[in-house]
Amino acid sequence: MPQVKMTVNGKAASGEVEGRTLLVQFLREDQGLTGTHVGCDTSQCGACVVHVNGEAVKSCTMFAVEADGAEVATIEGQAAPDGTLNVIQQAFQDHHGLQCGFCTPGMVMSAAALLKDNPKPTEADVRHYLDGNICRCTGYHNIVKAIMAASGQDVGAIAAE
Amino acid sequence: MYNFDIERPGTVADAVSALGREEAQPLSGGQTLIPTLKARLAAPSVLVSLSGIEELKGVRMEGGKLCIGGGTTHGRVAREAEAHYPGLASLAARIGDPAVRNRGTIGGSLANNDPSACYPAGALGSGATILTNSREIAADDYFQGMFSTALEEGEIVTEVRFPVPSAARYEKFIQPASRFPLVAAFVARFEDGVRVAITGASNNGVFRWPEAEVALSSSFTADALEGLTLSGDEMISDLHGSGQYRAHLCGVMTKRAVASLV
Repeated sequence: MPQVKMTVNGKAASGEVEGRTLLVQFLREDQGLTGTHVGCDTSQCGACVVHVNGEAVKSCTMFAVEADGAEVATIEGQAAPDGTLNVIQQAFQDHHGLQCGFCTPGMVMSAAALLKDNPKPTEADVRHYLDGNICRCTGYHNIVKAIMAASGQDVGAIAAE
Repeated sequence: MYNFDIERPGTVADAVSALGREEAQPLSGGQTLIPTLKARLAAPSVLVSLSGIEELKGVRMEGGKLCIGGGTTHGRVAREAEAHYPGLASLAARIGDPAVRNRGTIGGSLANNDPSACYPAGALGSGATILTNSREIAADDYFQGMFSTALEEGEIVTEVRFPVPSAARYEKFIQPASRFPLVAAFVARFEDGVRVAITGASNNGVFRWPEAEVALSSSFTADALEGLTLSGDEMISDLHGSGQYRAHLCGVMTKRAVASLV
């Protein structure tokens, strides 16, 4: 069985996997990092989004073996070690960007990828970027508002609806 | 998903050799193949992952052509082709969603030749050349029907070379559930004529629309397409749209593409 070694949230992680082991299975079942969720398992919903070498990917549609040697970032690494939320997480809380919370790990990781490439996105940019992240609770308005707020922009004009 | 061995070669030569194993299949970005494996619609004994092969990645201009490595992701093409061939970069920037674009590759898309995929329209509409580990294939000879190409078993798309038109536009009408094109048109205007490729519509996969090419080559206006129709007989007909509806959309999308360029 193949051995994989990678860095997950800055720490070395290794284990024995099958060829078919998905990255999300390795993270959740082998590493115990259950913050990354599996919603659809068909790469539609985006609840499983993590960063691999700095790029957002759907961890249900990538094999663990392919992340061998990579730097992986998950939702567990977003807050500070003392539990202080990062700016995106705090904005989701402040603007009620979640209800059931199932999609939130993927939303936060996608938002982080967006803001890295586009620090001051327009509302349209945010909505376009979230094309692959599905939320069945919020209707997206407060998620978009939270991401705009996390980018340091005034969200007073964005209707809560 | 049935289990399989997985190999991660670092060179094209090693990948070709690994693909010589019994029931071996190449894995590029996996954005189609992995869901297919999960549905048990494919059961290879060995997957040969191409994602670790650096020589398959990159975007560069050479001899006036835009050369894209077969293992280059859609996201990278969207960023790096923008300065050279914005019409193609825009096509790449609208495939799937951002996370899918960070894994899916041009070589994988062209090898799969999904009848609703975006890249086949870009390659055929541009008159691109598909390079493999053993030969060069003109786009006109490469696409051979739904999920069918000129590739032999174990042959890998190593590079795609695009002649750069003076203007090009990809217009797609999205099937709202899958986000694949229900029908999309790629229109490319070259000095010596116009090429039009349609994806999503036909039972035979991506195709050129010769009547539209002739009309647009003599007058590059949406009006030049007035009165041109395609038959719905050979078109895909399913719960998302009849063949006749798709045939109609071919004209609408082609007109929109032209209108955006004039």
